[in-house]
Amino acid sequence: MIREFGTGEVFYIVLAIRWTIALSLIAFVGGAIGGLAVTLARVSNSKPARIAATGFIRLFQGTPLLMQLFIVYFGLNIVGLPTNAWLAAAVALTLHASAFLGEIWRGCIQAVPRGQTEAADALAYSYVTRMKDIVLPQAARIAAAPTTGFLVQLIKSTSLASIIGFTELTRAGQIISNATFKPFLVISLVAVLYFILCWPLSLAAKRLETRFDKALTR
Amino acid sequence: MNIVPQNPEPVLQAQELPAIELQGLEKWYGAFQALKGVNLSVRSGEKIVICGPSGSGKSTLIRCINQLEEIQGGTIRVDGKVLTTDAKSTRAVRREIGMVFQQFNLFPHMTVLENCVLGPIKVAGMSRADAEDIAHKYLQRVRIPEQANKYPAQLSGGQQQRVAIARALCMRPKVMLFDEPTSALDPEMVNEVLDTMIDLASDGMTMICVTHEMGFARKVADRVIFMDRGQIVEENDPEQFFDAPQHERTRSFLGQIA
Repeated sequence: MIREFGTGEVFYIVLAIRWTIALSLIAFVGGAIGGLAVTLARVSNSKPARIAATGFIRLFQGTPLLMQLFIVYFGLNIVGLPTNAWLAAAVALTLHASAFLGEIWRGCIQAVPRGQTEAADALAYSYVTRMKDIVLPQAARIAAAPTTGFLVQLIKSTSLASIIGFTELTRAGQIISNATFKPFLVISLVAVLYFILCWPLSLAAKRLETRFDKALTR
Repeated sequence: MNIVPQNPEPVLQAQELPAIELQGLEKWYGAFQALKGVNLSVRSGEKIVICGPSGSGKSTLIRCINQLEEIQGGTIRVDGKVLTTDAKSTRAVRREIGMVFQQFNLFPHMTVLENCVLGPIKVAGMSRADAEDIAHKYLQRVRIPEQANKYPAQLSGGQQQRVAIARALCMRPKVMLFDEPTSALDPEMVNEVLDTMIDLASDGMTMICVTHEMGFARKVADRVIFMDRGQIVEENDPEQFFDAPQHERTRSFLGQIA
């Protein structure tokens, strides 16, 4: 039986946006914590830490997110956890975001002039003081724009979680499209919803970028 | 034998260890040797000016003293103790040695006062009130007490460099290293920084200055050292050094900068 594409169907899709937002937030918060750890390992003095962090980044940058989702989804079973789309999507996207944010932030830390680290060293600051009070606050200003940009990417990437059966915006669209046989209309609506979510963030990223440029030329 | 005849207490002088002693210092950047076995002994309270053409190793030399550069050969003694690469002893040595950089290297996201108090609070474990007292005292000394709450970008180059000097002094160092402190300044700001350094010298601070300000060298230095190609070519008191340089390379260098 073919269903009509009515208000109920529209609501079903619009409400599914909350799962997209929830998954994005989990991946972003988890990725921020993981990313900071990866970044600090990447710029540390310890060679094993640098190699491990670099390997982690290369692995996640060199494989499609779709494969990462599949591997985590089917891998959960192997490590004795239940096969659960929520958990798999959250873990895979967190790892994915950790790798990418780790690499973005490494660049931002290395963009802080070398003289800042030298001055902190010459003043006998500890590693923690040098990072927490001198390097990271300056790196954070540089990182604001690319980090917001990555968040936009991440929101769009959550659509891939639909493939392992996680019902977020894209999956909700597929379900309605299959039931109503109105794929063009339904998928267009889904696209518009993603746009509404991402566009303000893109604008914010742009604004942060100009603000940073101004701060540099002050 | 009376080593220092002009000194009323030669015995006390002779017992005193050099503040800094470098022996056979070697520094390599890959296949390039930046320092070729440099020996230098600096007495407490002594003012040394190091000059030489660019690439002669003079900045590298003073950066080795507070271990911003790793050395490949020779020894560095500060207050008689041999420096090691161990992180804890590195920090201990850096506490004794202040450094002023060519590019100031102030922390741009902090006010002048914050720049000055961070070290005393985090490294020396002082209370904020004590640290601020010290910071105000040294900002007074470098004659910019009224700028305490401004950000570095709001100050002129000369003011920034004086803040950098105050920030280093707040750590109460025994030795101050200056790495071309006036080279990045507009000409009209050079003197305010040099005057601050002259003040500091008259207070008895041990100073090693890499600079081409020959007027400063004449006025302040106990010894002037000329370096070229990773070696100390000549060292002498300022009168001898400027008026009767011994080496051909020194003469041609002085001829070029005069």
